[in-house]
Amino acid sequence: MSYQWNWGILLSAVSTGEPTTYLGWFMDGLKATVTLSLAAWIIALIAGSLFGILRTLPNKWLSGLGAVYVAVFRNIPLIVQFFIWYFVLPELVPPSLGAWFKGLPPLIQFFSSAVVCLGLFTGARICEQVRTGILALPPGQKNAALALGFTLPQTYRYVLLPNAYRIIVPPLTSEFLNIFKNSAVASTIGLLELSAQARQLSDYTAHTYESFIIVTACYALINAVVMLFMRWVERTSRLPGQIGGK
Amino acid sequence: MYQFNWSGITSSLPTLAQGMLITVQITAAAVIVGIIWGTILALLRLSPIKPLAWFAKCYVTIFRSIPLVMVLLWFFLLVPQLLKSLLDLPPDIDIRFVSAIIAFSLFEAAYYSEIIRAGIQSVPRGQVYAANALGMTYMQSMRLVVLPQAFRAMVPLLLTQGIVLFQDTALVYVIGLADFFRTATNIGERDGQLVEMVLFAGACYFVICLFASTLVRRFQKRYSR
Repeated sequence: MSYQWNWGILLSAVSTGEPTTYLGWFMDGLKATVTLSLAAWIIALIAGSLFGILRTLPNKWLSGLGAVYVAVFRNIPLIVQFFIWYFVLPELVPPSLGAWFKGLPPLIQFFSSAVVCLGLFTGARICEQVRTGILALPPGQKNAALALGFTLPQTYRYVLLPNAYRIIVPPLTSEFLNIFKNSAVASTIGLLELSAQARQLSDYTAHTYESFIIVTACYALINAVVMLFMRWVERTSRLPGQIGGK
Repeated sequence: MYQFNWSGITSSLPTLAQGMLITVQITAAAVIVGIIWGTILALLRLSPIKPLAWFAKCYVTIFRSIPLVMVLLWFFLLVPQLLKSLLDLPPDIDIRFVSAIIAFSLFEAAYYSEIIRAGIQSVPRGQVYAANALGMTYMQSMRLVVLPQAFRAMVPLLLTQGIVLFQDTALVYVIGLADFFRTATNIGERDGQLVEMVLFAGACYFVICLFASTLVRRFQKRYSR
C-alpha cells in the first residue's frame, strides 16, 4: 500500500482559516460527545426511574403509561428518533414555539434535540431495569414497610428504591457505556461530536486512517474510564449479604 | 398548525419497498453470519487453548467498545480496497451494500457470541461429563449435546437481538446506502415532505418491531412452560 502516514497533520492549522488545529477540532468533538452523553445520562436516569416506578405501581393506568413509554421508545430506531426530535417536532408544535426554536443558534438546536432524544431513548431501557430491580426484591420488604405505617411513597423512597438501585448497577453500567456509543448517532442531525469530527478530519486532511484511528481509540478510552468508574460504584454500593457483598 | 400532506407516500411506496428489501437483506445476512461467527467466537472463548480464548475476548471487547457508526465508517473505508485486492467484483454491485453486510455481520457476531456463551455456560456440567463418559470427543460433545440445548434456551434472546439489529440497520444512513430509512428521507427532502416521511418511517419500524417482539414474548411463554 502506498498510503502516506502523517500523524503530524493533526497539529497543523485547519485549512478553513479558523484559529485552531485539527487536534483542536478533535478536542471539540470529544467535548461534545462527553457533554452530550453526560447530560443525556441525567435525563435518562430521571425518566427511567420515574417510568420504572410507574410500571410497578398497583394503579393500572399509571403502569400502562410506563409500558407505552417503553414500547414507543424501544421499537423505533434511534436515528429515526433523532430525526423526529430535530426535524419533525419543531414543525408540529404551535408555530410561535417552532419559530422560536428555529431562531436559536444552530449549535443549541442540535444539542438540545440530541440530549432530549438520547436521554429519553436510554430512559426507556433504564425504566425496564428499574422495574426489574424493584420486582426482584422480596415482596416481604414492601409489605413490612406498609405494615410499619409507611405510606407508599415512603416505602419506595426509604425501602424499595435504595435496594433496587444497588441491584441494578451492573446493567446500568452497560447502559452508561451505550449512551456514549449511541451519542455517535447524533452526527446524523449535524452535531459535530467525535464521529462527525472523524469524518470532517478525513475530508479536510485526506488522512482518513489517522483520524479514524484516533477517534476509535478515544471511544475505547471512554469505554475503559466508564467501566472503571462503574466498577468502583458497584463495589461501594453492593448490598451487604449478597454474593460478593461486604 | 402544520399542514400534513400524506399524498406523496402512496406514489413512493414502490421505492420505499425497494428500500425495505435492502433493510431486510442486510438484517437477514447479518443475523445468519452473526450467529455462525458468534458461535465460533463463543467456542473459541471457552476453549482451553489460551491464545484462541484471548483472540475471541479481544475481538468481542473491541467491537463492543466502538460505536456502530464508527464500525460502519471503518468498513466503508476498508472494504473497497480489500475486495479490489481479493477478487474483482462486477462493477454494478453497490459497494456500500457489501460493506454494510460485512460490517453488520462482524459487529453483531460480537454481541451474538456473548449471548451464545451465556447459553453454553448455562448447560449443566454433568452433560459434558456424561458425553465424555460415553466416549465423545470435545467437538462431538459440543455439537451433539451442549449446543442443541444451549440454542434452545437462547432462542428468545437471539430473536430479540435480531429485532435490535433490524433497527440498527437504519444507521447505514451514514454511508448513504438507500435502505428503508434513507429512501424515506431522500424522498422527503426531494418533495419537501420530510416531516411526513420521517413519521411514516418511524411508524413502520414501530409496527414491525412491536409485532415481532410480541411474537417473541408469546413464543417464549409457550416455550418455557
